[in-house]
Amino acid sequence: MSLLEVSRVRKTFGGVVANDDVSIAVPAGAIVGLIGPNGSGKTTLFNSIVGYHAIDKGSIRFEGRELARLRVPQIARLGLIRTFQQTRVYGEMSALSNMVVSIPVARAGFASMFAGFARETVERAESLLEFVGLAEKRHLLAGDLSFGQQKLLEFAMALMAEPKMLLLDEPTAGINPTLINGLIERLQRANAEMGVTLLVIEHNMRVMMGLAQRIYCLAHGQLLAEGTPAEIMNDQRVIEAYLGGH
Amino acid sequence: MSPRARTLAIYAGILAVAIAAPWIAPAIVVQMAFLWLMVLFALTWDVCGGQMGYNSFGNVVFFGFGMYVCAVLQRDSGLAYFHAMFLGMGLGALASVAIAAILGPAMLGLRGPYFAIGTLGLGVAAADLAAAIEYVGAGSGMAPPVFPGGAGGSARFYYYVLMVLAMAAFLVLRWLYSRRFGLALNAIRDDEDKAEAMGLRTTRYKVVAWCIAAFFLGLAGGPTGNLAGFIDPRELAFAGPTFGVWMVLMAMLGGRGTIWGPVIGAAIFHVTQELFWTYLLGWQRVAMGLVIVLIVLFFPRGIMGWLRERWPQRFARGVAR
Repeated sequence: MSLLEVSRVRKTFGGVVANDDVSIAVPAGAIVGLIGPNGSGKTTLFNSIVGYHAIDKGSIRFEGRELARLRVPQIARLGLIRTFQQTRVYGEMSALSNMVVSIPVARAGFASMFAGFARETVERAESLLEFVGLAEKRHLLAGDLSFGQQKLLEFAMALMAEPKMLLLDEPTAGINPTLINGLIERLQRANAEMGVTLLVIEHNMRVMMGLAQRIYCLAHGQLLAEGTPAEIMNDQRVIEAYLGGH
Repeated sequence: MSPRARTLAIYAGILAVAIAAPWIAPAIVVQMAFLWLMVLFALTWDVCGGQMGYNSFGNVVFFGFGMYVCAVLQRDSGLAYFHAMFLGMGLGALASVAIAAILGPAMLGLRGPYFAIGTLGLGVAAADLAAAIEYVGAGSGMAPPVFPGGAGGSARFYYYVLMVLAMAAFLVLRWLYSRRFGLALNAIRDDEDKAEAMGLRTTRYKVVAWCIAAFFLGLAGGPTGNLAGFIDPRELAFAGPTFGVWMVLMAMLGGRGTIWGPVIGAAIFHVTQELFWTYLLGWQRVAMGLVIVLIVLFFPRGIMGWLRERWPQRFARGVAR
């Protein structure tokens, strides 16, 4: 059984069909990619998965559990964390504070609200900041970091929450091309060393080829193709969708 | 001197001056008691308004409710003066917390200006309600029982009660802000959607934050009613246009989202106001209005915010902040 199973999901906004009959499966431990031209419904699918809006039809199961009726924070507490396309961090807090406030809260009781910060928590936060290359920036306000640095911080915050699965919405968009390789390597390490399953939206095909084991391609809200990176690269329908064949 | 020793020295100095003040300046004990009340107002407003980004214009509801609960208990319980007063304070605080806990989940679901307007409505409704209910004297208000030790004794006694409450609020909030609680409130302030996406129990934090503010405001209501000697529903208990707005201004002036900001803001605001009443009588409201405009224009981040920008090393946030 897959960790995440999206089956036959349909989502409309008014008369616009953003997702129709979309099914994807993400096995535990895998890195799966989601590609598609602008407006093909990738982010809508992400939002459906993490509970931002209700779906019209279909089902979304995480570890066999139906997510359709759960709200955003409840889904996050199951261990399914997303990052945003337009990066979101806590701007008026230091990078380190952004990290320590992101500790897992699934089992946190009422008293934990007033807990202090364990040394291990701070150490883990610092080592994750080091992992993404932001150790020196840890006392800067997150809002003062560059867009790319905020993106890295957001990734580190997500890891801090010890997710089972991460949904990354265009993790390399806006990042300096020379840093992209480093980011890919970090995503792979998060997957291999921390056991985090990844579902990644990405426009950059080069990134996708090096990262994903399996790729789903959306176009016009529907699943156009699925396969290994090599298969997708050579799929005529995918090429046409990207080059504007329609 | 180590930072810790310096902090302790500052606290000890303030405590000494505060304890001695009624004996040094007996003529202005009532005004000084109100200064502590203003400090408590600004500190408790800042829990939601500054740290969490939820600008409430209705916190005065908790204050007024605590005041009425205390006064009713003093009137009807038949207990000795001090027993009734302290029991009334405690019950007033509990009642205020209950209101915050009941209204919180719905009210704090509103964001930005909607929360501000909603809480403003709460304040207006509470004032009109109190002014309509005969049981609490309706529009003609209530008079708490006479203090057993004479007028001077009353002022001094309530000065110390309010002083202790303001200091307790300061210490409790300072502690809370150094815990996970403070960071979570800041996260909600900076990006509530992100906090939810990270799984944070935002509603729980928001409601508890409001309840903490309500607790101290509810405690302060009783002694203030007794200090004033007469409870007017609109002018004292649910005084939205004055207390309700001043809370916001004092926190803004000193620097919202800081622990010292509201204290400094309240002190400057209150002293300025007293001076206006003394030297600009007749024009004091005009002058106050002008000060409000100037605060918003030139100190949008408050004195502490300005100091932080100017000397980030000296006034920076703590390690995990």
